[in-house]
Amino acid sequence: MTFDIFLQFCVAGVTYGIIYGVVAIGFTIIYNTTGIINFAQGEFLMIGGMTAVTLQRHLPLPAAILGAVLVAMLAGAAIEMLFIRWLHRPSVLRMIIITIGVSIVVREIALHVWDEKSHALPHFTGDSVSSVALGGARISPQVLWVIGVCGAMVVLLGVFFRATPLGRQMRACASNRDAARLCGINTKNMVTLSFVLSAGMGALAGCVVSPITYVQYDCGTALAIKGFTAAILGGLGSMGGAAAGGLLLGLLESFSVWMLPAAYKDAVAIAVMLGVLFLRPSGIFGSAEAARLREY
Amino acid sequence: MEPLLEVRDLGRRFGGLQAVAELSFAVNPGVIKAVIGPNGAGKTTLFNLVSGYALPDTGSVRFRGEEVRGLLAHELAGRGMARTFQQIQLVPGMSVLENVLTGRHRHTRTGFLAGMLRLPGSLRESRAARERCLETLAFLGLADLADAEAVSLAYGQQRLVELARALVCEPSLLLLDEPAAGLNMRETEDLAGTIGRINATGLTVLLVEHDMGLVMNISHEILVLGAGRRVAEGEPRAIQRNPDVIRIYLGDEDAESP
Amino acid sequence: MAVAGRGFGFTAGLAVAVVAIQIAASASHKVFYLTQLTMSAYAILVVLGLALLMGYAGQASMGQAGFFAIGGYVAAFLTTFNLAPRRDLLFVAFLERAHLLMTRPDGSGGSVTHVHPWAAALFALGFAAAVAWIVAGPVFRLRGHYLAMATLGFGIIVHRLFLGSPYFGGADGISDVPELVLLPGLAITGRAAARVSNYYAAWGLVLLTLWMLSNLIESRVGRALRAIHGSENAAAAVGIPIARFKTQVFVLAAALAALAGVLLTHFNSGIGPSEASVMKSVRYVAIVAVGGMANLRGALVMGTVLTFLSLRGSFGSFDDLVFGGILLAMMLFSPEGIVGGDLWRRLRSTFSLKNRGDDGTAA
Repeated sequence: MTFDIFLQFCVAGVTYGIIYGVVAIGFTIIYNTTGIINFAQGEFLMIGGMTAVTLQRHLPLPAAILGAVLVAMLAGAAIEMLFIRWLHRPSVLRMIIITIGVSIVVREIALHVWDEKSHALPHFTGDSVSSVALGGARISPQVLWVIGVCGAMVVLLGVFFRATPLGRQMRACASNRDAARLCGINTKNMVTLSFVLSAGMGALAGCVVSPITYVQYDCGTALAIKGFTAAILGGLGSMGGAAAGGLLLGLLESFSVWMLPAAYKDAVAIAVMLGVLFLRPSGIFGSAEAARLREY
Repeated sequence: MEPLLEVRDLGRRFGGLQAVAELSFAVNPGVIKAVIGPNGAGKTTLFNLVSGYALPDTGSVRFRGEEVRGLLAHELAGRGMARTFQQIQLVPGMSVLENVLTGRHRHTRTGFLAGMLRLPGSLRESRAARERCLETLAFLGLADLADAEAVSLAYGQQRLVELARALVCEPSLLLLDEPAAGLNMRETEDLAGTIGRINATGLTVLLVEHDMGLVMNISHEILVLGAGRRVAEGEPRAIQRNPDVIRIYLGDEDAESP
Repeated sequence: MAVAGRGFGFTAGLAVAVVAIQIAASASHKVFYLTQLTMSAYAILVVLGLALLMGYAGQASMGQAGFFAIGGYVAAFLTTFNLAPRRDLLFVAFLERAHLLMTRPDGSGGSVTHVHPWAAALFALGFAAAVAWIVAGPVFRLRGHYLAMATLGFGIIVHRLFLGSPYFGGADGISDVPELVLLPGLAITGRAAARVSNYYAAWGLVLLTLWMLSNLIESRVGRALRAIHGSENAAAAVGIPIARFKTQVFVLAAALAALAGVLLTHFNSGIGPSEASVMKSVRYVAIVAVGGMANLRGALVMGTVLTFLSLRGSFGSFDDLVFGGILLAMMLFSPEGIVGGDLWRRLRSTFSLKNRGDDGTAA
């Protein structure tokens, strides 16, 4: 293939990969604090995108996006408080089925609140045909927005966890919940916060990517699966791994079109997921601890 | 007489901790041998290594004359080793009798097809198994609890159910992992009597235990572990007087805190 | 647990209900109800196998629809793929000489030579069982979330394969599937005249399966499965080969799902990729959950009610929401299901002063 096409594949791979990475990081935040794999993770993106589309009919774009992120954060908190908080030592199977149930209910509610059509925000700068030159390829400026916004989110998240007291408390909670509680950290609130954080990040990502990929009521499921794949690819529990896993998955998916019919593109993520689960459950960067699972 | 169980140079490391090192001992047929030692001495690890729940790094385990190191737990069960657990592992939702019946697994053959079709052979086998299990329950004094839900029983009774399950496997070696844990004095006395009766039928018993009264009362031999190594081995009275044993339990006089 | 007498009562009651419903439906000229009940019966076959796998053996499977689809699609493909232009192939000639082929008129005036429905059905079952056997090994080395996601992934791959491949009709699926003749006069077919006989065939099969699985649960194998579910350590300690049993019950559940797929495909004269979708798998899990996990009868009753209502369109566009909501509600409030009895027990103990303080109920 020519360098131009190669670059286009790379750009597509990185764009989608960053989104998968954001979803994967959301998985990881919740998993680290609770041991739960939140199958409803993808719905946060969907809620963010769809809400923003509705809001921007009445508000300027930045306000609409902010509103959407807040709505998603509220949804995340609500989900945690309604369905997770008061469970007492649930079995893993029960947690899996609960989060799957939550994702279905959220999706179907979205279907009835909005509709089954796909929606998108307007491009942040320019429009759907404007492009920017990068190397030999021409890419939409929205791609730069995706990379910029998501990249900034990841960096800010890192700063949050490392430098702020609240972030450090969350890390303590992730490391050893009982010890954290003994130190006076309100672990229940940390759990809620982890949901709120994951939801907010997901929603923002959903907003920024919607001009490119469009969002619709059922886009959350596929994203959740791909985000999960990205998370385990990088080693479940590792933020950096989640981000790297996302990029890797995005690129693999993008370049798969070169060899497989496009109809099977979605199956690539599944194949990668099964490959990781069967061959190397600890992921590429993960430790043996990632291969075993945390207890809730 | 060849030992029933022979362990040589057994070693196992977990991360940075050498849980068991250069451990060698034997269990002769017909004896009750107790393994004692302070917490962290490696008793549970030893049990798990011998019964197939953990893989030794070094050493050999010979059972009934054959090398069995590396065999999985269910394979060892098939060869005649039965064990109970420190934390009772009964199946919820099944009665006492049904729990004990699982112990007859290796002595019955009914498979998927025969089970689904209730073939006459399978019904006969099931009846015989039930009788065998009820006999054992009677031997342990649990006969009238046969249909009660196993996990609803009192703690001491649940321990006996687990014991019954191990017994119906018709093992040559019975491994008891802290059988007296959680029992009161009366129950522990009863347990001592029960283990004695079991041993009197010819069954070899290896047990890990903290309760010194029980250990001194019923054991023929005692193996003392400290930091994963053998500290002493011998008859109960000799062990009681052994200064090395006293030291690992009570610590050095100089090291005692003010 | 369940004594033979109690089991017989339920089965007899169910048989009576099956007959009574048929008579009522025929008498009131609402025979189309029977069609929907027949389709519900095939869904129940899948559910029964899954209840055994999830409820008794304790292994989650979010991909049963995949096995259903494998059964249905393989049977559909083999009974519609025209081998006439390929008669010169050695393999086709062999099939012909072994009397495994059949020629019939197709929908558009020509004729099609395809594998005999019986041979196709048996091959489909065997193929699904083989796939299950192969998949079980790696899958059961996983635990918890990973195990569930692996089965989910399996289901999605099967779905994508059938959806994307031109051999399987893509989004339209395969149609014009011929009937499957069971006995002279009794065939699995969608023809209106055969509605009543198909209804009895389907429900007869359900009753037979219920009987066989109930026997299995009461037998040595059932105890071994429940031991594995309850405590793998204890199961190993009594010599139960855990991996082997998990595989066997997984294959059994897959074979039941595939059988249901084969029969429903012949009943509907076709199959589409939606039968392999994730939502279908979720529905099966929801029904098992609402029936009480380790409760075949509960799963049968609730499954029939829910599937029938869903097929009638009673849930309208809220269909998926109903199943998702049920799943959620069950898992949150009563993991042992409605019919399982735990809910009643807990309600009673909530109102009784004796059992304050016991907390063995959650999870």
